[in-house]
Amino acid sequence: MIYREAGDFKTSYRSDGQTFPIRLDRWGYYAVLAVAFGVIPFVIDDYWANAVFVPFLIYAIAAIGLNILTGYAGQVSLGTGGFMAVGAYAVYKLMTAFPDISIVIHILLAGGITAAVGVLFGLPSLRIKGFYLAVATLAAQFFLVWLFNKVPWFYNNSASGQITAPTRTVLDQAVTGPTASAPAKYLICLVLAVAVAWMARNLTRGTIGRKWMAIRDMDIAAEIIGVNPLAAKLSAFAVSSFFIGIAGALLFAVYLGAAEVGEAFGINKSFLVLFMIIIGGLGSIFGSFAGAAFLVLLPVLLKNTLVGGFGWPTDLAAHIELMVVGALIVTFLIVEPHGLARLWRLAKDKLRLWPFPH
Amino acid sequence: MNSMTDEYVTEDGRRIGGTVMDLRNITLRFGGVVAIKDISFDIRQGEIRAIIGPNGAGKSSMLNVISGFYNPQEGEVWFKGHRRGPMRPYQVARLGIARTFQNIALFDGMSVLDNIMTGRLNRMKAGFLSQALWWGRAEREEIENREAVEKIIDFLEIQNIRKTPVGRLPYGLKKRVELARALAAEPQLLLLDEPMAGMNVEEKEDMSRFILDVNDEFGTTICLIEHDMGVVMDLSDRVVVMDYGRKIGDGTPDEVRNNQDVIDAYLGVAHD
Repeated sequence: MIYREAGDFKTSYRSDGQTFPIRLDRWGYYAVLAVAFGVIPFVIDDYWANAVFVPFLIYAIAAIGLNILTGYAGQVSLGTGGFMAVGAYAVYKLMTAFPDISIVIHILLAGGITAAVGVLFGLPSLRIKGFYLAVATLAAQFFLVWLFNKVPWFYNNSASGQITAPTRTVLDQAVTGPTASAPAKYLICLVLAVAVAWMARNLTRGTIGRKWMAIRDMDIAAEIIGVNPLAAKLSAFAVSSFFIGIAGALLFAVYLGAAEVGEAFGINKSFLVLFMIIIGGLGSIFGSFAGAAFLVLLPVLLKNTLVGGFGWPTDLAAHIELMVVGALIVTFLIVEPHGLARLWRLAKDKLRLWPFPH
Repeated sequence: MNSMTDEYVTEDGRRIGGTVMDLRNITLRFGGVVAIKDISFDIRQGEIRAIIGPNGAGKSSMLNVISGFYNPQEGEVWFKGHRRGPMRPYQVARLGIARTFQNIALFDGMSVLDNIMTGRLNRMKAGFLSQALWWGRAEREEIENREAVEKIIDFLEIQNIRKTPVGRLPYGLKKRVELARALAAEPQLLLLDEPMAGMNVEEKEDMSRFILDVNDEFGTTICLIEHDMGVVMDLSDRVVVMDYGRKIGDGTPDEVRNNQDVIDAYLGVAHD
């Protein structure tokens, strides 16, 4: 077999610390990137973009964000939907207030604003932990949704109470609004998803990541070692909310085009992203992608099989879909609580020794 | 109070310097319970100082006072000639005090290497952006500190487990990894809370050797709590004996061994 560490000698700490220490993994990673950037943009159509790739990439960003907070820093949050709403409304206000500035800058600024809001709602984490913190973030979720409904300034006093994304371009290609093409939408999400994943990986393998994990695994010992819990927890909230804000901005501006806060960013969204990281794997960047893929693709797959394949009525298929997804989540929690990332790691460990069992 | 002048050399050739840590009239209360009552003692540069005493004597509380986890209600803590005000534990860590715990307090989700690297957090100053982009200072620091950590890994002979998640290790090795994490900070004062609790004879011998080697090779000042009298008497230069929150003895192992109060505390005394 070629999937081996043997013979792949590491001669520097730099090469020993790299993300993909096994050669085949590295090649696989480059191959995936090459296909994602070099092949998919040329073949993608509206259906594939809207049903599969764009939501997958956006939810992957959100899942990475939540995974940093919950998986790496150990702070449970149920406010993801609310923070995504902050990103969405921030990008909407920026897009309409400064139409001449690039949407990319708007999206990054929206992330920054969400980070600030996240830090604010992260302050209780210094005093409370676990379920109690989850309830505190739940308050953030409901408060933010209520705020964006209640104050007309946020939706520019529109009669419907909805926000609608105007057309904006990147390199003369429309990425938002009704004229945006499938490849353009896909590419902006892909670029941001890759950038976010890369940054998340860098942060989690270095000093900041170790501080987060130290706080997660044993906060008292972390403090005695010299981790300032205030700085560690709030930086986790900031980075997490930054990514989640970017995801919210993309979800609204690129994917939905128009959104009403209660519907698009309700408590369901918080749970959806939480399920993604639980199924994908807590404390794993790969797990964030796997979980997002699982929960985005599964409904599409089920719908295509049941409605397209068996010709069942759509409402019946929709109900069955809910039941199947629910059952799968429960099964996952029982059978593999560490998620798809762990299954993937186990498979790779087995493969490394194949054909020998030990 | 300043004993900087009377430096001396031990029988085995180690230099014992002046006072590093000076505890003056420490009293620690939890509500109405007095855990430590008016205790004073000092720790000198380069020595191995033991705190012993029966269960519940207040030894761990004393260590927690030194490491800044508890702030005493009365008394003064002097470290390297400066009075230390009330501090958070992470601030104390930055002064150069590291410790291990009675019940192992490692980060179970992280590998041995990452655990030991956390010991060097205070030496890594790369900014947020540098870390996010893994460019410049962040990567340079990571490699420099990795080299320092590898020296400790070699020193404690745990090369073969450096990539293993800590949660999978047996007890004795976990204790050793915890020592490695504390050493990684290159502390000026190392606090060990029962480093040999629950170990078998062989593991105790290994640990004793490591403690002596740390003291000898790095010149680290060590303050330890231990129940195994044989170990304490062999390792330490000076011993503080506590009982019911009071200091009942202080001196070299021989002096302490012959102290009537200490004998009474350990063996019990007939009340008539």
